[in-house]
Order: sequence, then C-alpha cells, then structure tokens
Amino acid sequence: MSAVTLKDIVKRFADFTAVHKMSLEIPEGSFVTLLGPSGCGKTTTLRMVAGLLDPSEGEIAIGGRRINDVPIHKRNLGLVFQNYALFPHKTIAENVAFGLKYRSIARDEARRRVQAALDLVQLPDVGERYPKQLSGGQQQRIALARAIVIEPDVLLLDEPLSALDANLREDMRVELKRIQERIGVTTIFVTHDQSEALAMSDQIVVMSKGRVEQVGPPEDVYNTPASEFVANFLGASNILEANCVGREGESLIVETSIFGRIPVPAGKAPKVSDEGPVKLVVRAEKLQLAARGAPAGDAIEVDAIVETVDYQGQAVRYFVRAGERQLQAINLIDERPFSEGAPVSLRLRPRDCAALPVS
Amino acid sequence: MGWMAIRGWALLVYLFMFLPVAVVVLLSFNSSEFGAFPMAGFSFRWFVELANNEAILRAFRTSIILGSLTALISTTFGVLASLALIRYRVPGSNLISTLLIAPILVPEVVLAVALLLFLNFLSINKSFPLLLFGHVIFTLPFVILVVQARLVGIRRDIEEAAMSLGASPVQTFFQITLPLLLPAVLAGGLFAFTISFDDITGTLFWKPGGVETVPTQIFAMLRNSISPEINALGTVMIVLTVGLPLLGAAIARQLARKSGG
Repeated sequence: MSAVTLKDIVKRFADFTAVHKMSLEIPEGSFVTLLGPSGCGKTTTLRMVAGLLDPSEGEIAIGGRRINDVPIHKRNLGLVFQNYALFPHKTIAENVAFGLKYRSIARDEARRRVQAALDLVQLPDVGERYPKQLSGGQQQRIALARAIVIEPDVLLLDEPLSALDANLREDMRVELKRIQERIGVTTIFVTHDQSEALAMSDQIVVMSKGRVEQVGPPEDVYNTPASEFVANFLGASNILEANCVGREGESLIVETSIFGRIPVPAGKAPKVSDEGPVKLVVRAEKLQLAARGAPAGDAIEVDAIVETVDYQGQAVRYFVRAGERQLQAINLIDERPFSEGAPVSLRLRPRDCAALPVS
Repeated sequence: MGWMAIRGWALLVYLFMFLPVAVVVLLSFNSSEFGAFPMAGFSFRWFVELANNEAILRAFRTSIILGSLTALISTTFGVLASLALIRYRVPGSNLISTLLIAPILVPEVVLAVALLLFLNFLSINKSFPLLLFGHVIFTLPFVILVVQARLVGIRRDIEEAAMSLGASPVQTFFQITLPLLLPAVLAGGLFAFTISFDDITGTLFWKPGGVETVPTQIFAMLRNSISPEINALGTVMIVLTVGLPLLGAAIARQLARKSGG
C-alpha cells in the first residue's frame, strides 16, 4: 500500500497555477525526492501534504485515509525546515519533547524517547542547551530529532541541507540517509540540488513549472531523461537536433549533422517513433576528448577544436567546437588537460546516447 | 571651532530642557514653606504631606487603576490586531492598519473634542469607562507598532513546526508565539501605562465630574497656589514615568537575551 497518494492535485493562487493536476504514489518506507528549480511547485506540493496549504482540487491520502480536511496538527507528520525552526526559548530537550506533550505519553517514556532521538542524531549531551548555542548543522540534527521522536507516518524535509556549508552538507546528506534507513520512515524530500537528489533518493520526481517531468529511480532519471528539461537540469547535457531514419534490430538509427549515423539503443529512446525528427541527448561526461589519431574502439569519432577549458581539479570541463556546434564535455583528467585551441578528436559511444521526441 | 560652538549650544538646549525638572526635584526636598531658592534645609515633609492629602491619594489611585486597565486592554487588543494584520490576510488590512495608527497623527485636542462631541450627539454621559475608552484609543497605536515590529521577526516556520508536532493553533500561540512576543508585549503595556498616567489633554475633556487623575489634580492645585507639595508630587511622577519604562526595558532585554531574541 502506498504511504502517500496524491490524486489529481491542483493548487491555484489567485491568477497563478502553482501545481497542475499532479498524481503521485509514494510507497511505504521509501525516500522520494521532489526535485526542480525554484518556482517549480515542489515546496507547494510538500506544504499541501503537510497541511500548510489546501489543494484547490484533488485528493491527498496518507496510509489510505483521505486527509484533505484534517488540520496539520492532527496529521502526525514530521516536518523539517530549511532554517531549522527550533523554538529559541526552549532548551534542546524541551524542543525534542514538544511533540510528545500532545501524545499522552508518560513522562519517563517521553524522557527515554527524547534521549533515544538525541542519540540517533549523535548529539546525546546537548539537552540542557538552547538552540542558539549550537551550530547550524547541530541545530538541523535537533530539528530532525524533534520531527522523528513523534514516530511520524511521513517525514517531510523542505530543503533541510540548503542552509549548511558545502562540506557539512555532504556529511549531513549521508547522516540523514542513514537515519532514514534506520527508522524506515516514508520520506518526502524537497530540493533544488541534483546531487542531493541523486545520492539520497529511491525515487526522484523531477518537476518544472508545476508539472511532473519524470518519476523514476536516480539512474533512470539520470541516464534516460524523459524530457529536454530533465536532461539539462540533472547534470550537463548536449542536446542535438537529429533525425530518426529507421530501426535496426534493437537500435534506432539517428542521424545527426555532427556525428553522422548513431545506432541508439531502443531502451534509451522509449518515446521516440521510428521515423521523423528527434532530439539527441549526449551527457557532457560521456563525450570524451582524445588526441587525434589515438585508437577510438567502438566509439564514433569527429574532429573538434578546444575553445574553453574550465579546470575543476579532478575533472575538467571543455567547450569544444565541432562544425557549427559548440559542445560541452566533462572529462576526468588523465595526465594534463588539453589546452585552449588544441585540435582534438571527440569520441562518443552510441550506447551512451538517449533520444527524445521533439515536443 | 565650529564643533565647539555646536557642542556648547547643544549643552544649553539640554540645560533649558532639564534644569526646570531638576529644580522641581530639588525643591521637593526643601523644608521651607515657599518653593523658592535658597533652600532653607533638607526635608521629606512635603512627601509626608503628600501622603496625607486625601485628594492626591485618590487621584493617584484613579491614575493607577486607569493606567493599568488601559495597559491591559491596549495590549490585549494590540496583540490581537497585530496578529490579524501580520499573520492573516485580512481584506483592507492597509486601511485598517492606517486607521489604528492614526490617533498618533491626529492632534490629541482634536481627538478629545471629537470624542466628546460624538458622545454628546449620542446623549451619553461622561463616565470612567468612557475615559478609559479614550485612553485605549490613543495608546493602542504604540502597542501595535511595538508588537508588530517584533511579530514580523518571529519566523512563521517556527509556528508551523509547532503545529506539525501536534499543537493546535491556540496551543501554538500560547506555547510559542506569546512567549517570543513577551518582551514587546511588556514594552507596549508599559508604554500604554505611562502615556495614560501622564496624559492631561484628553483626560481634561473626558473625565466625569469629581474624578481626578494625578495630572488633572496638579493642574487644579496650581490654579489656587503653588504649594511645595506639587514639587513632591512632580518628583514622584518623574520617578514613575521615567523609572518604569527603564525598568521595563531592562526586563525586556533580559527576556530577549534568554529567548535568543
């Protein structure tokens, strides 16, 4: 049974529709991420599940029970905000115990649960302190402890890592995923950060302009984007105008001006018809630069000139010109990166391409 | 050279403002019958006489009751109005906000006469509750301004977190919003009390016969003679109206420090 079901949810504000007819099934115990740029409706969706906004149309069910008319304080949800939202006038222990006050739990049991929650987030000794005596990362751990101590039916995380420093963010990402797996709570996570989404999710829901673009496990969303938007939002992609000219076994033959004929695996072009214009998606990290004349193996190769080199440490991002087009390639650095103006050979393996219908 | 002149001038302005106050305080400890320099000797006799003056004691009681009730009602309404205006989308909230703040801008005399004429028109007699009503009207803006400023600083997601944890909106208000708002509520209440306590313009227009507040009592006493008792009363008033807000501010700072303001 699904833990959370959204059925044809619509949210309108005055003259603006934030969410268009959205339907979604979230399985029990899974970690689902709503991913998209700001204004895509992901936070609005989360707030409707939380009960902080009423949907204009449609139904929301948690554990099979319709909850449209259940006020937020009776929904039994754990909510974690970007800015922690700890109660500044209460101690950490009082913060974590807050939700237990409304759940007729005996005092000893409550104290035991608060300590267990603090242990879980690895801050067992801060109970007597006040929130502002803790660092941002610690405050966010406490906010998480406060949300899970009530044993919520669903855990809702609204960009919980965005206010943290880059290094801390990656630690917290691992930590958050560990805790979620440990307690097995169904989790909806909202973020605009693709790496967080890819690293943590069982399912990613990519949203744009109030519509769901694609739902799927991270690898599917990453390798087989369902739309141009998804291809560009997750990582860097080159989108090429192309023409599908027919089918050969398990491959669709796609013709491009730069690379000529490419046999794209049918599994990576699920929505494309056998003939007509298509868009070819080539991920920047699948486009390899090599010295001209080096063996190409099974890859298609074309000549190109390096235009811009964007050095990133372990990798480098090149902008190269092949014919009329500028293409982006992200390569790991083997010895030393190619320099600007260098003539190179650009390699592409057909199985790394995906094709999209022209919208 | 220019700066020296400005400094000297500023000093003179301050002297002009505060010297009379200092004289009143000083003369209130004068043992002589006549309130004038040179002082004959140091004495508390005018304070003692003040404490034995029935009329003044009655005026004091009236002022304190009036001030306290004004503070209580103004803070209650002020907090409710601020919540409505900041936390909820009320149609015409800009207009309402302006109307609530307007009494600060309208000259008090105009407000006083207007209310009086209005009551006359309704053939309602002057009474203590109406006096109280008048005081509430022109202390309310101060409370609203102070409370609104603080309320804007209380993040909405803190209240949302409380509700998600199971607190109803009313429980959230008393558990979260009010404690965080408390410094502003206390400050607003003190404002209301002191403004009510030393108001004279409105009070002269609105007070029913036989009721005197401290300022109107002083005013009445001055018409007969200048008794040194008035100096003593002035000193007590200064201590109350300056000391109370200072005390309040100190308490508010303490509370704010504890709650992470």
